[in-house]
Amino acid sequence: MTKRIVKVYPRFERLWHWSQVILIVTLMVTGFGLNGVHSLIPFGPAVMLHTIAALALLALWIFATFWLFTTGTWKQFVPTLQGMMQVALYYAWGVFRGEKHPYKKVLWRKHNPLQAATYFGLKWFVFPAIWSTGLLYLTYNFWAGAVPNASFWIWAIANLHLLAAYVIAAFVIVHVYLLTVGHGFRAHVEPMITGYDEVDLTPEQEAYLQADEPWRLKPQES
Amino acid sequence: MLTHLKGAGAALALILLGGSALAEEAGAPKAPEGPKSVVPVHASTADHSKFDALKKEFTSGPEVTEACLSCHTEADDQVMHSIHFQWDFTHPDTGQKLGKSNVINAFCGSVAGNEPRCTSCHAGYGWEDMNQPPPQQSSAVDCLVCHDRSGQYTKTATGAGHPPLDPVKPGTKTITGAAAWPVDLAKAAQSVGLPGRDNCGNCHFYGGGGDNVKHGDLSSALYMPSKEVDVHMSPDGENMACSTCHVSDQHKWAGSRYDVNASDPHHGDVKPGARRDVATCQSCHGEEPHPASLKGMKLNDHTDKLACQTCHIPEFARGGVATKTVWDWSTAGKLGEDGKPIALHEFKQSDGKELHSYLSTKGNFEWGEDVEPYYAWFDGQVEYTTSGYTIDPSRTVEVNTIKGDPADGISRIWPFKRMEGRQAYDAKLNHLVYTHVWGPTTDTAFWTNFDWGRAIEAGMKAAGVEYSGEYGFVDTYMYWPITHMVAPAEKAVDCAECHAADGRMAELAGIFMPGTDTNNWTGILGKLIVLAALLGVLAHGAIRIFAGKKGDSHD
Repeated sequence: MTKRIVKVYPRFERLWHWSQVILIVTLMVTGFGLNGVHSLIPFGPAVMLHTIAALALLALWIFATFWLFTTGTWKQFVPTLQGMMQVALYYAWGVFRGEKHPYKKVLWRKHNPLQAATYFGLKWFVFPAIWSTGLLYLTYNFWAGAVPNASFWIWAIANLHLLAAYVIAAFVIVHVYLLTVGHGFRAHVEPMITGYDEVDLTPEQEAYLQADEPWRLKPQES
Repeated sequence: MLTHLKGAGAALALILLGGSALAEEAGAPKAPEGPKSVVPVHASTADHSKFDALKKEFTSGPEVTEACLSCHTEADDQVMHSIHFQWDFTHPDTGQKLGKSNVINAFCGSVAGNEPRCTSCHAGYGWEDMNQPPPQQSSAVDCLVCHDRSGQYTKTATGAGHPPLDPVKPGTKTITGAAAWPVDLAKAAQSVGLPGRDNCGNCHFYGGGGDNVKHGDLSSALYMPSKEVDVHMSPDGENMACSTCHVSDQHKWAGSRYDVNASDPHHGDVKPGARRDVATCQSCHGEEPHPASLKGMKLNDHTDKLACQTCHIPEFARGGVATKTVWDWSTAGKLGEDGKPIALHEFKQSDGKELHSYLSTKGNFEWGEDVEPYYAWFDGQVEYTTSGYTIDPSRTVEVNTIKGDPADGISRIWPFKRMEGRQAYDAKLNHLVYTHVWGPTTDTAFWTNFDWGRAIEAGMKAAGVEYSGEYGFVDTYMYWPITHMVAPAEKAVDCAECHAADGRMAELAGIFMPGTDTNNWTGILGKLIVLAALLGVLAHGAIRIFAGKKGDSHD
């Protein structure tokens, strides 16, 4: 195994990530405003901004899903229990004692097991919860007439939407905090900007990259 | 052409204002030189000033009516069957006998017992006893009150519908409270046309005894309103007459307060060019009135729950004319040390005019301008607490109860003026009572004798209703649906007026409204989740700092 600086985040994934950041922040600020948590934005413009940002995010997610399945990168997000315990123990104990992070990034595993599990939960439960309730919320008028007790359903939908939003807010807090653990904030953010990160490569992977995708490898520092 | 007419109208209004001021100075009241409102010209094939039947000296209102009927042979029969003449309305669903001749309200109480004063606004002549139906001879119909376009026809405030004629007794008032002038009946008869805002307004703007006293959304501000006050009626807007919406057929009008169309699901069934007999917003604007955009779509989301009026009439009593909001009859009757009636004028209207806050004749008042409405679910039905209805005097009595159900599909949230009253009731039988207040020559009228006992007894006798002889005063609410004074779109109620904690509709059940309850169970749970995440990372970070370790490096 050799440590090499490898391009692990292609341009689309970086664009996806940062667009998502902007849209989710917009949605959270406008959404919590609409809910009455703060009153920084007037209600009417907040509704418009929230709706437009939500539709843009949905479009982005459709592209991202397409990307994940056509490029095979969906495998990055398959959860695994292997190594989970060590990572959890590290965050709960080892980190305070200056221990090394037990997880080594490899080419087809950018995420440690805890990360993979978190993203799996977000992608399969929290995000679907927020966009499905959001769409139902937005299209209320198209179904309200056909559904008995529509006032109850819109109430239930709105509350689920809100709960999912709070869970995402909690995720964002932990996500940003964890950037400070380990190599430090800067080192953790940089790969998502430049696309390059340090990865353990097998000789076969290294040889393959050198031969077929040389632009993904940075020259080795001497 | 139209702009030219509007300009002329404004000039006319100025002349009128100047004219009335001059008249007051000179002492003798002078007739207005033109109508108080201008309406678009309706092309007519007849010029009434050329009709021989109208070229004569008329000595009474009924004489003019006879001349009208010599051509308009069916008009008397039509008018006599209308609510404007009958003042009697049997509700098709509840069966309640309503109409002015029957109901008790939170203002002057009742017509019964006070006829010549109240019937001054009757669309007829000489109705002096509510126990009798209105006069039945065809000449008892008053054509001019609705069709005069000379602007100088009026009715005497206490004359059971008759106009003031030469010589006018000094001190006589018109139905709008102005010093009366002698009406020129021939001039009025030759001027006739379709009713303008002034024809309707001269009675309807002054309901309850003065300008805007009763409705809150019908005041003299609507003779020539600015666009801000009423987009439909403003000469700068659509310059509509009342009958543009309140369409009529054979002298019967759409738009009854006793039987309201709270929503109008059948507006779309009407073919183009067909008559529209319902005076609803939807009858012109449809159910999806907002533009086909994202914003318009969201606004249209509201039409299944809200009446158009709820957002588009942000306040009533706009345009500088206040409305009465509280009327406490129980304090009436206090006299000055000299034994004479007292009058206090402690409310200052925005134009500087001081309005009465206490009158010995009527009790205490509160007024309001630009008043935020009261909101309630409304299916169009109103049940009146008529004299036969037993009340619970320990609670605020609803003089008219608004019916509505959030789930029935017809009801919408409507704006109302909620009039607060304190009025007399039969303390033994627990009924609201009829009161005889007006009667300068009787020894029972309250406004002359200041004796409730006698005034109520006489009122009940006039209405033919049983009275125990014991009276008290009870708090009341009376609801008036608000539907006029539609503001320009950009002045509609802002989202946050309702979508906020303690918003305008905080008291309303049966609706889900985003933004009103950020700390419901979900909100609290969510905030706890976020708090836990924050505390978690803060603690984790603090321990890292305390332990002096930045965390691992992979190397």
